[in-house]
Amino acid sequence: MTKPYLSIQGIRKTFGKFVALTSIDIDIQKNEFICLLGPSGCGKTTLLRILAGLEQPTGGKILVNDRDITTLPPAKRNFGMMFQSYALFPNLTAGQNIAYGLQAKKMSKKEVDAKVREVLALIDLEHIRDKYPSQLSGGQQQRVALARAIALSPDFLLLDEPLSALDAKVRLKLRRELRSLHEKIGITTIMVTHDQDEALTMADRIVVMNNAEIVQVGTPQEIYEKPNSPFVADFVGAINFLEESVVSGSALGQDRLFAIRPENINLMEPPADYSLRAVVSDMEFRGSFYRVTMQLINQQKGLHPQLVTIDLPVSQTHRLGLRRDKQVAFELPLENLISFDQAAVAKKTGSD
Amino acid sequence: MSTRTVRQKMGRDEWLQRLLIACIVLVLFITVLMPLGDLFSKAFINETGEYIGLANFIKYFETPALVQSFVNTMYVSGVTTILSVTLAFLYAFALTRTNMRGKVFFRYVALLPLFAPTMMHGIALTYLFGNQGIITTGFFGVFPGFEVELYGPLGIILSELFYTFPQAYLILAVSLAFADYNLYEAAETMGASKLCKFLTVTLPNVKYGLVSAIFVCFTLSFTDFGAPKVVGGQFNVLATDIYKQVIGQQNTTMGATVGIILILPAILAFIVDRIVERKQNSSVNAKSTPYKIVPQRGRDNAFFVYCSLITATIFLMLITVILASLVKVWPYDLTMTVTHYDFSKVAGEGMQPFWNSVLVAFYSAVAGTVVTFINAYLIEKTRFMKGMRQVGYFLSILPLALPGLVIGLAYIFFFNHPDNPLNWMYGSIVILILANVIHFYAVPFISATTALKKLDKEFELASESMGVPFYVTFWRVTVPMSLPAILENAVYYFINSMVTISAVVFLYSADFKLASVSIVNMDDAGDVAPAAAMSVLIVLTNVLVRIIYEIGTKKLREKTGAWQKR
Repeated sequence: MTKPYLSIQGIRKTFGKFVALTSIDIDIQKNEFICLLGPSGCGKTTLLRILAGLEQPTGGKILVNDRDITTLPPAKRNFGMMFQSYALFPNLTAGQNIAYGLQAKKMSKKEVDAKVREVLALIDLEHIRDKYPSQLSGGQQQRVALARAIALSPDFLLLDEPLSALDAKVRLKLRRELRSLHEKIGITTIMVTHDQDEALTMADRIVVMNNAEIVQVGTPQEIYEKPNSPFVADFVGAINFLEESVVSGSALGQDRLFAIRPENINLMEPPADYSLRAVVSDMEFRGSFYRVTMQLINQQKGLHPQLVTIDLPVSQTHRLGLRRDKQVAFELPLENLISFDQAAVAKKTGSD
Repeated sequence: MSTRTVRQKMGRDEWLQRLLIACIVLVLFITVLMPLGDLFSKAFINETGEYIGLANFIKYFETPALVQSFVNTMYVSGVTTILSVTLAFLYAFALTRTNMRGKVFFRYVALLPLFAPTMMHGIALTYLFGNQGIITTGFFGVFPGFEVELYGPLGIILSELFYTFPQAYLILAVSLAFADYNLYEAAETMGASKLCKFLTVTLPNVKYGLVSAIFVCFTLSFTDFGAPKVVGGQFNVLATDIYKQVIGQQNTTMGATVGIILILPAILAFIVDRIVERKQNSSVNAKSTPYKIVPQRGRDNAFFVYCSLITATIFLMLITVILASLVKVWPYDLTMTVTHYDFSKVAGEGMQPFWNSVLVAFYSAVAGTVVTFINAYLIEKTRFMKGMRQVGYFLSILPLALPGLVIGLAYIFFFNHPDNPLNWMYGSIVILILANVIHFYAVPFISATTALKKLDKEFELASESMGVPFYVTFWRVTVPMSLPAILENAVYYFINSMVTISAVVFLYSADFKLASVSIVNMDDAGDVAPAAAMSVLIVLTNVLVRIIYEIGTKKLREKTGAWQKR
């Protein structure tokens, strides 16, 4: 790996006895898009505020391009930040909002004007330059806030739950726009979110946090396919944890916890002799697929306490004529099984 | 690894903010806490400066005349409170919960008494019920006369009613305006009667407002000086006692003792108000639906009649005073004249006091508004020195508990002390302005804080992240966004400074009299018509200022309203 651009080294934060962050280390490459993902109260926002200098860490260091910025006040750090509420100044037009930070930089009026024009063009909103924030839609406000943050050509960009205030539809659209904008200007970006879909679709790498510490760092694929702990598996996507008796007998390692994603379970019609059997106990229609909950049946034909959920395309569900109380057979493909050793299981498992 | 917090280098912004916060806390400490401390210590020492513990209080409660005025004050305030809160509740109910006509008109008229010094209510009553009053003489002999014993408790109570009514109305109208209609619909579905709904939904919903109104009315009438001075007669109350002790007998320690007794209900009201404030915030939430007024002929008409009666009474008082100021020799020569407005031949000493008052009110408005807003900003919107800011907040709302007389008295003791480096202020216009600013400080401070709370708290962080100094954002965003609240505060300072007597009566100098002081002096000297004329001038000035404010800020308020829409 090349030398990191932004390096967070052993950052700790305590409020009295309460530990908000326990020794956080993250190395971020130039132009990377990083998502800090975790349940509320996990410390991700505190970390972002420490990066911005709005909060002082109890210990540790932050380096940008080998420059130690840990003790610098926010104004001296050269970052851009976009807030959950956008914090656009309501009495200034979109153009004035974007020019706000530039004017403090002793740029000439002409330079400021040119920069505002350039940034507005970048977000495709040249036509709203003279409108007040209250006259803009939520999505437009969000883009203006982003434009304001990047107008100063910051070293890195901090986004604090930037999409949480928007309607679901607009949110999906802006996810793509934010991502493509990042590809255009390639600025090192750190985004805080509690929305796993947002993190999966937008990030180059995801930092999953829980209980004041980092649980796993990896690409979205790594996080989803190879979660390093039951917490990550459960927090990102849906998962079935399997009891030991379900997987015993197969030649798998002992003392490990096994799990599988609902979409990776195969229904078998007709059943094979190694199939597991179950009874459909509930079917939840999710639009493009059914999430079917099944209760296992053991060899003695009695009900087993293990519940397994499985995602099935609607067409398949109808073809099989699935309904409540129907018996089904299925297999757990070995290559899709996820397993955790005892150390990973021991990690605190807080879930939302 | 070490446990010490990483120290951020202090940026220029932080350094400046810390300095400013320290400054405001220091200034508040000097202008609020130290004079008050001086007053308290005076009550516990004798004339030669020895500590005597509670001896002054014991002496006070052993002096029958003084105890009598304590009892008198309690009686007058108690009756005023019950009547005023009841009348104001019905009035506020009519304006918020019924479908009667003329609400805008009624709302403005209810606030009219706020524009007048309390002496004016007394003067109006004199012309109505006094020996030569319109009603006493049966409209100068047209109808059979009707005599009442005005000078004494009756006169004071009636005056205080006019004084406290608008205040109680304002508090109760706010309480009654916020109601969750869902509760009424729920009660309806369970078949509750109207009375039942009133007792189980309406009253519990406004109980905090009621408590607050009761304490405010009690405190206001407990500490008022103007009305008892004019219509009190031989009926002594605490406020007039202080004045007599300090100005008449030069007995400062007894004055301080009475001052402390005067402050007690105010402190109690202050504590209750803080508790109520905290509770009231939680009663209505985002899910509540606003109250829907269902028209009801009989009820609406009844309340219309009631409100008309109240406003007629308010107008009657005002018109009486205007008449009194224009009539040549009441009641013998009823020809109209403006000679009473020439104050040069009476104890009022010409027009100068009026212009002095306008000047002091203007300066108080400017200084008060600026100081209040900057303080509210520093306390509400900065992130350093939390402890200091909390002290600042406490010192800023503490003046709510300080009656004007107590501020005036504390200021004499504190600023008149020869060793005080601020001694030069004593007797100058500066101390009058300072006393006004501190006296009326809490209410504008709270409304400025409320206005600031409505602004996104991330504005400051956003500008900090862009490297823009906080004072630029203060000037370019915070002030324009809060301009309506700022101007409202300026009007509040101006109007209150015009009508106040209590604090300034101790502080004015012989060569710089104020209009309210000259009203008292002229009334004392028997020049009641010129006193009425001066009162009319004050009311007209205040009404004029208010109208200019309303017209001048209409556009502005529309604009900021549009900004705040989301």
